[in-house]
Amino acid sequence: MAERGNVPPAQAAGPVRARTERLGAWTLQKIERLGFAARFFLAILRFSGPSLRRFGLVMREIHFAGVLSLVIIGVSGLFVGMVLGLQGYETLVRYGSAEALGTLVALSLVRELGPVVAALLFASRAGSAITAEIGLMKATEQLAAMEMMAVEPLARVVAPRFWGGVISMPLLAAIFSSVGILGGYLIGVVTIGLDAGAYWSQMQAAVDFRDDVINGVIKSCVFGVAVTWIAVFEGYDAAPTAEGVSRATTRTVVTSALVILALDVLLTALMFRGT
Amino acid sequence: MRVQSGPTTLNFHAFLSNFIIVAHPTAVQLDDVAFGYDRSKMVLEQVNLTVRPGQIVALMGGSGCGKTTILRLIGGTVRPSSGTVSVFGEDVGAMDTEALYRMRSRLGMLFQFGALFTDLSVFDNVAFPLRERTGLGERMIRDLVLMKLQAVGLRGARNLMPHQLSGGMARRVALARGIALDPRLMLFDEPFTGLDPISLATIGRLVRELNDALGASSIIVTHDVQESLQIVDYLYFIAGGRVVAQGTPKEVRASEQPFVRQFIRGEIEGVVPFHQSAGDYRSELLSGAR
Repeated sequence: MAERGNVPPAQAAGPVRARTERLGAWTLQKIERLGFAARFFLAILRFSGPSLRRFGLVMREIHFAGVLSLVIIGVSGLFVGMVLGLQGYETLVRYGSAEALGTLVALSLVRELGPVVAALLFASRAGSAITAEIGLMKATEQLAAMEMMAVEPLARVVAPRFWGGVISMPLLAAIFSSVGILGGYLIGVVTIGLDAGAYWSQMQAAVDFRDDVINGVIKSCVFGVAVTWIAVFEGYDAAPTAEGVSRATTRTVVTSALVILALDVLLTALMFRGT
Repeated sequence: MRVQSGPTTLNFHAFLSNFIIVAHPTAVQLDDVAFGYDRSKMVLEQVNLTVRPGQIVALMGGSGCGKTTILRLIGGTVRPSSGTVSVFGEDVGAMDTEALYRMRSRLGMLFQFGALFTDLSVFDNVAFPLRERTGLGERMIRDLVLMKLQAVGLRGARNLMPHQLSGGMARRVALARGIALDPRLMLFDEPFTGLDPISLATIGRLVRELNDALGASSIIVTHDVQESLQIVDYLYFIAGGRVVAQGTPKEVRASEQPFVRQFIRGEIEGVVPFHQSAGDYRSELLSGAR
């Protein structure tokens, strides 16, 4: 039997206290990490000047995060638009308003599905890649090597990736919505046989540039900042091992998805005018 | 004291710093340095060592004894809990970010596995510090990169990507990158690990030749006793967070100190025990606890 003097104080005081202490330690750790993430965000902004002045670095990241995500964004947008066309027609035809299909597809995509689904796809495709790349650079001492060469990794590696993601995200959301509207057209007009003029003119009349398009763009910009911030932070903070990078990549996708949906509720509530 | 080569960077600070470097009698000095990653466990306790200009010094000791931490202290990526780390007479622990970066621009480091940038070619890896830290034109950078690659024998591999290189080649490219800015001080973190005998001898010879050609000083963290004894000027043995032995290769070979003898002969039993300290073996097996 273990001597009394060797038993840790928490165990001696009972399992409830031990559990409470663990919960307290976990909470403190999470708060500390959140604080570190906030300071990290401010540091990125501080080092953004030099990165944006060398715009070639940002362009390269726009290529990796944006251009290379075009296929998944385009194909997903087309399919989502087609599904909206089918489901929308099914519902609208019951009320004799099948001509409003263009409006339904466009508003659904521009206000909601475009920014949200594009952000979720962006987090899975580009966010995870950014985390893995920065995490591996850390694990293979590339970031440390840069620091020893008197080159700041936040300015050379993190800030260009951050801005590359932030710039790419609204563009990808816009492409997603545009291709989705085309998908709705293919179903509604080409397949089902609705009038093409009605499809476009109803859409043009109902979609408001400021309330719908601009709000959608604002959403996608906010999602872009959130997802890219999470991605670069998780990569930079990853444990420098294969398992650490793998866990960080998973955390990027999961945290981004939850943050996108939470922010969507918040932004929709703020933008909702009851009209 | 060796004569240093002229300044390579163009700004006034760096130009002035080079005169200070030439004038200072020590390249690196650690005085009573203590350091721990957390306060409960100190990695280093009262370490004293000196590296003179032109010298190659080896830091040796068992795994986890704090050798790499000493390199980190010199590079300023961590700061000592107590004591002073001086590089060319300047206290690294007291430097602000700007001074730290100025000091690092005179310093080259070779990491254990090279730490080459995997998305850049061999040429671009070597050009990286030149592009980032100097205002030189692309033509000048090209010539300098080719000279550095020629020095390590890999001018013909300039268009390869890091994943196409063997371990020894990657280490040589990293060495070329490390000397790109003609550093006054080179730090090597286990440069011989995992190399075949030919690559190992090549890296050893390059370390010596480049150090002498640049008029620099070098610190090598290594476990490779035989290679070190051939190329270095002085050795420090670290154990238990302290310098436990030191001397020239000749003195080390002749040393009767138990730790030095065990280390250079690679004996399993000696003052460094084979077993990590633990409780009674029999009672632990019988207790069934993890």
